[in-house]
Amino acid sequence: MQYLIYATDLRKSFGNNHAVDGVDLSIASGEIYGLVGADGAGKTTTLRLLVGALRPDEGQASICGYDLLKQTEQARSQTGYLSQRFSLYEDLTVLENIRFFAEVRGLTQKEWLPRCMDILEFVGLADFKDRRAGQLSGGMKQKLGLASALVTRPRVLLLDEPTTGVDPVTRQDFWQLVIRLVLQHEGVSIIITTPYMDEAARCHRVGFMKSGRIIAEGTPGDLRATLSGRILELRGQPLNLLRHLAAEDEDVEDVQAFGDRLHLRLRQESTGRVLKRLPQRISSGGGTVSDLRQVPPVLEDVFIALTE
Amino acid sequence: MNSRLISIIRKEFIQILRDPRTLGIILVIPIVQLFLLGYSATSDVRNIPLAVFDQSQSPEARALLDAFRAADYFRIDYAVNSQEEIAVLIESGEARAGLIIPPDYANRLARGEAQVAFILDGSDPTSASTALSAAQLIGQAHATDILQEKIARSGMPFDLKPPVEVRTRVWYNPDLVSAYFMIPGVIGMILFAITSILTATAIVRERERGTIEQLIVTPIRSWELVIGKITPYALLAFLDTLEVLAIGHWWFGIPIRSPLSLILALSGLLLLSGLGIGLFASTIANTQQEAMLTVWMTLLPAIFLSGFFFPLEAMPKILQVVSYVVPLRYYLVIIRSLLLKGVGVAAIQGEVIALALFGIFIMGAAALRFRKRLD
Repeated sequence: MQYLIYATDLRKSFGNNHAVDGVDLSIASGEIYGLVGADGAGKTTTLRLLVGALRPDEGQASICGYDLLKQTEQARSQTGYLSQRFSLYEDLTVLENIRFFAEVRGLTQKEWLPRCMDILEFVGLADFKDRRAGQLSGGMKQKLGLASALVTRPRVLLLDEPTTGVDPVTRQDFWQLVIRLVLQHEGVSIIITTPYMDEAARCHRVGFMKSGRIIAEGTPGDLRATLSGRILELRGQPLNLLRHLAAEDEDVEDVQAFGDRLHLRLRQESTGRVLKRLPQRISSGGGTVSDLRQVPPVLEDVFIALTE
Repeated sequence: MNSRLISIIRKEFIQILRDPRTLGIILVIPIVQLFLLGYSATSDVRNIPLAVFDQSQSPEARALLDAFRAADYFRIDYAVNSQEEIAVLIESGEARAGLIIPPDYANRLARGEAQVAFILDGSDPTSASTALSAAQLIGQAHATDILQEKIARSGMPFDLKPPVEVRTRVWYNPDLVSAYFMIPGVIGMILFAITSILTATAIVRERERGTIEQLIVTPIRSWELVIGKITPYALLAFLDTLEVLAIGHWWFGIPIRSPLSLILALSGLLLLSGLGIGLFASTIANTQQEAMLTVWMTLLPAIFLSGFFFPLEAMPKILQVVSYVVPLRYYLVIIRSLLLKGVGVAAIQGEVIALALFGIFIMGAAALRFRKRLD
């Protein structure tokens, strides 16, 4: 099988900081791959290595079959990259930015102009084409970044936290764009990094990064299954006392508050015991349980379990 | 021509034009500097305030004072009645020199053995040395006049003439106007400073604002990025050259005795060095501020070691040796020769070759360090 993005044992250190410490990736065409992890886990460095902005200390990577170290420019010509920080020119207009990046990527005006209008229409910036990029809202800037990355019709898109700091409606828009992109154009694959678990859940596959390594990888369903049966939802009064008592239980690994309820993560094979034991302990401790039941784990549970 | 290069140059021009403040600085600062330095950086000494203690009060003494008055080096501001008053005036800086004429001046003059005392404030050696030689010249000329008059009156058939006469003729700048020396230097300094600072900040700006991350992903080659970014600034620097030349010529009266094309071509060599230093600084600095500081650190010593303010010949040997790596040094010789002497390339080929070599070297070194990567 031909992977559009392929990397083995990528490593990159800055001094003593092993930012990326042996990452393997194989991403097929048509796939949206989510890279999640805490800040500093190495997500951005991984993308920068894949785009050739940093040189790996060790390991190999290829994009669409082009070796990133030996055929850097061919590999880049297949890549669209949206960096975490806005990296277009704030003093140029939307159209000028797209024009510049299209032309330096070798497109003639005949090629980029019609495409660019399509893309601006696609991302919803057509009405703002003459506005300076610096005067766009955060969400619109990200859409402009995406538009500018798309104008050369890359087969590989690397999106570094494109929705961080963007309002929920625009986030939704942005994801619709990403999903439509993969559906409409065959043979495209996307790596997207995100701190939001609801976004990770939309990816075909998710990789969890920690200390420069991918420590778990799989479809969102697979990943959730690793905690299957080990998550309990607890409702009752008073929440603080419940939280305290639950955390004291020897089979409870972790307690997280989700609004008016608690998620308890249990040791393996302990669900039955806890379901019996915990309500008694709570009522003898002075609290009331209105609901305690097993729930399917969400990615957030998996993320927290893996981060610890 | 390479279409990527054209795109970069056009983008850079749009950005410059959208930033009227920077554009204004680029075009106006040279004019301000030219006027400031053209007027202030001058060693021409005129109208030194002089205090006179005339104890003789004779017609002979008045004749001497007239001689001092006639040369416009001195302005007799104070007539005082004691030596102490002269000291007070010089201490307070109100007078820079004092002339003491003794009571028996007329009598001794008749005997041919008159003396006067001239006191000079030497705290500023440049103007003091001018004043000193001026005072001596005035005195000697006056003495010769008196002698000649005496001989004429005695009716002797004898023409007083010194046996050897040094006839001086000053070439290129007959009136020894310092502006002629200074303004070509100002041209060099401005070109050098503007190109190096602008190049460094323009390139570092891409890194500081994060736009370099997007440039890296494009197939732009390092050299295209460098050339594309510095071309607009090089053009602006040429515009500055013309601007400063025009003002120097029409306002300060500096002659332009070589063809303009030659001046521009050789100025281009200096720009190469300035661009190279700016590019080099941009590979060290991460922010525009750092870039600016880095350039200034090299710029200041370069200006002092270029012979702009102080003649290189007067410097200690070691500094003279160091000055060989200062490109401005060569350019100052070139531009002064071109403007004032109207020489061709042959007369200054050593400097031209040195300047070209330096430019190629620093550009090459900077280009080797310049990487289209983040690490």
